[in-house]
Parts: sequence; structure tokens; C-alpha cells
Amino acid sequence: MKGRYSALAIARHALTGNRHWPEAWRSPEPRAAYDVVIVGGGGHGLATAYYLAKQHGITNVAVLEAGWIGGGNTGRNTTIVRSDYYYPESAAFFDHSVSLYEGLSRELNFNIMFSQRGQLVVAHSRHELDFQRRLVNAMALNGVDMRMLSREECYARCPILNTRPDARYPILGGMWQGRAGTVRHDAVVWGYARAADRLGVDIIQQCAVTGIRRDPVSGAVTGVETTRGLIGAGRVGVAVAGHSSVLADMAGFRLPLRSYALQAFVSEPLKPVLHTIASSNVLGVYVSQSDKGGLVIGGNADAYASYAQRGNLPTMEAALASLIELIPSFSRVRLLRQWAGIVDYAYDSSPVLGKSPVPGLFLNSGWGGGGFKAIPASGETFAHTVATGDPHPLIRAFSLDRFRDLALVDEAAAAGIAH
Amino acid sequence: MLRIDCPWCGPRDEDEFVNGGDAHIDRPEPPEQVSPEDWAAYLFFHTNPKGVLAERWVHSFGCRRWFHALRDTVSHRILATYRPDAPRPDGVA
Repeated sequence: MKGRYSALAIARHALTGNRHWPEAWRSPEPRAAYDVVIVGGGGHGLATAYYLAKQHGITNVAVLEAGWIGGGNTGRNTTIVRSDYYYPESAAFFDHSVSLYEGLSRELNFNIMFSQRGQLVVAHSRHELDFQRRLVNAMALNGVDMRMLSREECYARCPILNTRPDARYPILGGMWQGRAGTVRHDAVVWGYARAADRLGVDIIQQCAVTGIRRDPVSGAVTGVETTRGLIGAGRVGVAVAGHSSVLADMAGFRLPLRSYALQAFVSEPLKPVLHTIASSNVLGVYVSQSDKGGLVIGGNADAYASYAQRGNLPTMEAALASLIELIPSFSRVRLLRQWAGIVDYAYDSSPVLGKSPVPGLFLNSGWGGGGFKAIPASGETFAHTVATGDPHPLIRAFSLDRFRDLALVDEAAAAGIAH
Repeated sequence: MLRIDCPWCGPRDEDEFVNGGDAHIDRPEPPEQVSPEDWAAYLFFHTNPKGVLAERWVHSFGCRRWFHALRDTVSHRILATYRPDAPRPDGVA
């Protein structure tokens, strides 16, 4: 068993030159079969495995990761956690996720560095202000801690916002969620991996799934073919973000998803200048400052379908031009890094969760650009779904059937921010 | 930055174009006899290939006409562009 992380452990290991820290999780050889196989060792897959073991006592579980832990979208997002969603179904789910994040460092014995610095979404016109008031009222009725800020309050919280009287996009006010914040994203995936491993879950890296085995009579899933051999499983949970359609294709069905590249950028480190998350929907940009001082910048997804984890130049140019309109003093800041993750958007920009057309195969997909903030609630509800075979009440509205029934949860049109 | 060969105007930079999603999606007929499953398939359940995708583009900042393209979603290489009334080209990987 690995030792608990604590101040005492840091002091003890410091005395021995930090040479004896145990590995955070094992790297076992895959067994021939498991009760549950989770495909995808990102935040969602590892959180699911953790809650399967912790809350449902199912520990004969493998998490299969094609690359390495932290190398996918959990390490490629902009680390923002918030719950400013419009529809009651979304608000209930994402606000629960923020609440779980608030206790996650203690839950996992891993400091995820959740900094609840708040998120400001500015409005640039009277009409946008009206729209924000409507959103904020609806969100507040759903129990989310949203409120409007005046122009002066926006500048008080973020003095470097564009104040030019001739600004193309003047700032007239904004909406604010105080519990929103940033999280050290690697810590979330490492923390869940370590905690799941301690409960007996096998985490198998460098193990890509190449096929899904199904019973020829019942059609139910019986296992997965991988680059490290056949692994049997009575239940399979798919949590592979932008590659959900590829896995569905292996199992013989289609998903209402389209994969896009979503880019992010980090600047050179600066002294602390930005104390909130600042964003603008009209400009299509958001920015926060990391503890290392780098500006973490995100924009809209690239404009056409892609499985290439690099992103294209026109989208990058648009995001950075928007950043300079929002905060002109960043115009001479240089970027250090740029990357993209592949995200899968449903047509209503809400996730697709729960049962699939294949018995025993469960879906955790369609997070689009909003998956990171959902990780704890997604893991908890998906574990319930896989363990019991019935969708958790918090995710019933996000079933695959909603597309046939036209019961869409259309956050694409409603939410206060692109996601 | 892609160079896209508009079948009406010739090769131009990507930012003159707007992507219009899947090509060759036929609306089911007659509407009053189409099942909910078939409407859902038409509206939502398209292919999302890691590989060659047939998609629609419009030359918004050029001739403003629509056309189709075969594009690899991993390399972004455009394998063919063709007029919207033409069938999907054969023999393109």
C-alpha cells in the first residue's frame, strides 16, 4: 500500500533526499477478464473506476488507456470548473460536480489546488446585458450562485479589462459565479488514478482498444480486443472523449456526435495580474492566470471536424485577437505553448450518457469542450449506471434516446458561455 | 491554414470558406411517413469518421457557392473537391 500524502510525509521524505517516494499507482499486466472494463484512462474513466470501487464495491475493474495517464484531454483543457448552465437538468448535474470538486482534495488525499477565484463573463451591449439578466435569474432559480455585476464591479474585480472609450466591444457589465475556479488538472487525473489503484483497480497504460467483442446470440458485450490481447468483461464503459464515435463504430452503432479540435494556449509567466477567470461570449475567448504566472487562454473550437490534436491557425488568430480586445495590455505577451484536444460535441451541446444500443456497453461521451468540470459528477453517476445497469437520476435527461424523442437539452442555444 | 480548391474559383485560403457539415445526407420522404428513428438518423446520427469525410463547404468570401470536399480528418488533407450535384468520387482513399 502507498503511504498517505501529508506534511509529515513531505518532511520525512525530505530527510532522505526524496529518493523513496512510492509509485503513485501500479502498472500491472492485464488479466484475462474483469467484471468491468473502462475504456479511457482520463479523468472520467478513472473517476468512474474509483467510484465503482468506493461506492459500489466493484473492484475487479480495469481502466485501459491508449496513451498515458494525463496525456489526453485531462491534460489539455483550460482547468476551469463552473456550473453556469441554463437548463435545470444541466444545472443540477454541473453544480453537483462543483460541490464534489470542493471536497475532492480531501476525498482523494491529493491536493488538486481548486482555486475558487470566480468567473466573470462580460457583456458588450445592452441586449447582451438583458440576456445575461435572464440567464442569471434562471440559474439562480436552479440554485446556482450567479449574480450580475455592474460595469464598475467588473473593473474592480478585473482592472485590466478594456476601458478605452472608443472600444469596439465596450464592457457594460457582466455575470459572475463566485464558486467557479481553476484546478490543477493533472492532479485530478493523478489523484483519481492513485485512489482507484489503492482500491484494487488495474490501470493499464499503452493499451489501445481495437475491437469490441459481442455475443453472437444476445449481442451483449463480452470483452474488448486490445493491443495487449483480448480482455473479457461483462460490462464495458466507454469514456474516450473525441474518439467515442470510433469506439461506437467498433461496436456497430452510430452516435449523434461530431469530433472537433479545441485549442488552448499558455503564455510566458507574468507577475500576478489577473485574479479571476475573465471571458466574453461575443469575442469567443476566456483567460485565467495559473499559479506559475502563465496566462491560460481558450477560444472556440476549430470550425470543422478533426481528429488532429494540433488545431489550426485561423482559430488561434481569432482567439488571440479577441484576447487583446478584452485585455489590451496583453498585446505584447508571448505564447509559450499551444495545443489541441479532440472533443465530441452533440447537436445540443449536452453530453450523451448511459445505455448504448449494445447490452452491457455504457456511454460517457459528448462532453464537447466542457468535460473537465464534469469529472467528479460524471464518474459518480457513470459508476452508478455501470454498476446497476440503470442511469443515475442526474443523467437520465442526457440519454441517447433523447435524439429520437427530440427531448434535447439545448445548452448550445441557452447557456451563458460556449462549451 | 488549408488551401481549398473551390471547384468554381480555384484554390483559395481556408478563411474564405465556411464549413457546412456532412455532405450526401438525403432528407427522408414523404415526411408524414418517416419514423422517429429515421428522422433522428437523418438529423443527428451521421458518420464521424477518423479518416475520410465527405463534407459541404461554402465559399462565403468568394463566389458564395456551395461545393463538396473529401477531407481526411486526421491529416486535414483535402483529397477532392467537386460540385454539389456530382456524386462522391470513387477510388479516393
